[in-house]
Amino acid sequence: MKRILAALLALCLLLPAGAMAQEVVNVFNWEDYIDESVLELFEQETGIHVNYMCFTQNEDMIVQVEANPGAFDLVFPSEYMVERLMNKGLLAEINYDNIPNFQYIADNLKNPSYDANNAHSVPYMWGTLGILYNTELVDDPVESWGILFEEQYQEKYRNSVFMMDSLRDGLGLALRYLGYSMNSNNFVELNAAKDLLIAQKQSGVVKAYQMDEIKDKMVAGEGALAVMYSGDAQYSIDLNDKLAYAVPREGSNIWVDCMVIPQSAKNKENAEKLIDFLCRPDIAQMNCEYIWYSSPNTAAIELMGEEYTENSVMNPAEETVANCEYYHDLDASAQVIWNALWQEVKNAK
Amino acid sequence: MRFDVTLPWWAFALMGVGLALFVGLIVISVRRNHGVKRSLFASPYALWIILFTVLPVILIGYYAFTDASGAFTLDNFRSFWDSNYEMKKLVGEEYAAAIPRGTVSVDTLVYSLWMAFLCTVICLALGYPAALFMADRQMKLGATLVVLFIIPMWMNFLLRTIAWMSLLEDNGLINSLLRALGFGGVQLMYNSGAVLLGMVYNFLPFMVFPIYTSLSKQDPRLAEAAQDLGCNEWRTLTRVTVPLSLPGVISGITMVFMPSVTTFFIPRMLGGGNTMMFGDLIEAKFLTEGNWNGGSALSLIMMVLILVSLSILRKADPNGEGGGLA
Repeated sequence: MKRILAALLALCLLLPAGAMAQEVVNVFNWEDYIDESVLELFEQETGIHVNYMCFTQNEDMIVQVEANPGAFDLVFPSEYMVERLMNKGLLAEINYDNIPNFQYIADNLKNPSYDANNAHSVPYMWGTLGILYNTELVDDPVESWGILFEEQYQEKYRNSVFMMDSLRDGLGLALRYLGYSMNSNNFVELNAAKDLLIAQKQSGVVKAYQMDEIKDKMVAGEGALAVMYSGDAQYSIDLNDKLAYAVPREGSNIWVDCMVIPQSAKNKENAEKLIDFLCRPDIAQMNCEYIWYSSPNTAAIELMGEEYTENSVMNPAEETVANCEYYHDLDASAQVIWNALWQEVKNAK
Repeated sequence: MRFDVTLPWWAFALMGVGLALFVGLIVISVRRNHGVKRSLFASPYALWIILFTVLPVILIGYYAFTDASGAFTLDNFRSFWDSNYEMKKLVGEEYAAAIPRGTVSVDTLVYSLWMAFLCTVICLALGYPAALFMADRQMKLGATLVVLFIIPMWMNFLLRTIAWMSLLEDNGLINSLLRALGFGGVQLMYNSGAVLLGMVYNFLPFMVFPIYTSLSKQDPRLAEAAQDLGCNEWRTLTRVTVPLSLPGVISGITMVFMPSVTTFFIPRMLGGGNTMMFGDLIEAKFLTEGNWNGGSALSLIMMVLILVSLSILRKADPNGEGGGLA
């Protein structure tokens, strides 16, 4: 009996040692946000084993990264979360000697305002915020956020506009329509945005404030206009060809999901190898064709050809993108004001 | 290749140790049989209550009376009365004076209580006759009805709520049917009525079963005696059956009212987020705002309100005959 126990104990000691012998990289990504055969290719080519873990929200992700130092080598936060992680000192600087494929990243996404010189982050996928509309129900040109707010449209689109149940996007687009920054922390500007949203709600054009549900509702023809991210818009258009997507001329939000390496990462070089692999044109192409969000990789876009470049949802005009701004992480006092004003909107009758 | 990170390893270790300890304790107490108090068997449950009910309530109390830095404050409760309170402190005096009192928290609480009241009344009106049917021994259908009430509960309530959406939508089943019959479509979704419908649908069984239990426990000879002594059917019902079933009614009211006040998924799905209920507000405080202190204060207010209403109900059922829920 004792001998069996001793053998078992010895085995327990050996197991982790055996696992240590193999090179690993611990990846923490959004649910369903990679073509998993890409990871298998990476394992075959490099012999590095990929431990793949998923999250569903930036806010959940940061809690996990803070609570489990050393657990993750490569994480995929959105740009404003890159800023917050960076400010908390949780990110390592990336060694670009190990990432030659960074050269393929589009120039307009390099050196972004959320991370100077891309010191801590490499763009993975990007997109815009805009309006998805049903061409059978909307005969006005969708060019401005005004179609959601102005009186001339209110009778026509009564009870058929889906707004996003999210304060950054909700208040943000109203700010932009009024000509202000989507990152405003000016009370007068924010208050005006709130009043605009409350007037919109009271006019009766808003059908619902929702998030992921909107896609399916628009596909089913339940609404005429919906505020939506380009990635979700493309998904909806694929399922219903009566739908179309536009980024308003006042400008909007451009978002970038990034690849970052936590300061506490145990396998930093393996993480850099994986970043480089994901930036390789053929791999970036595979991945983009699976996720079908906008790719930052110019060489991959060339490989995809017209199917990508002719698609204005995926590949918006340069001036459209130039007119969009990144979200920046709001400071604590701005957050209090944004929250209070957004709750007023949600509570308005 | 996939696994989700949720709890740190030591939490699992702690749970393992706790479990081993209690299995050990139970084994020991069973072996010795006489030497150990019976109350020891309740200790796993007691630990459960302490870990997952008492400690969290203490934590909620702690968060409710502190600010983000951990210092004592009553601001969280001021923010309940005036939801613009924190904002007024930050925007500077010239603007603060122009900002009215924010009524978000109070409004949502009042709305939640009103909706919960309506839901309870409707459930009672629908549930009591249903329970009477089910408990009637002469009705062969009774047992079938019980099963029909239970079967939907096998499904997760989130799924049942989502299923309602495909019925009520503009292009949903009901509206398609109406249009096929030549009527115009009606707007069924995204209003308070849809929310109320979802709540009644989900909570009705919690009203029916306590009443059914207390009705079927009743001695049928009592009703027979009343009729022998000259009561007609109606008076038998109002003078004998209903008063004797009151503990079940009270239990049902409690079981419907409590989850109704705190419900938060149904208004978002069927109400489309157009009107917030108190549960939605608490959820937003914790998850989207990351304001645990404010969220805890709201939760505490909610708990106190529920405790008060429970103690009022308890007066009507002092012996806990309806399952002792009140």
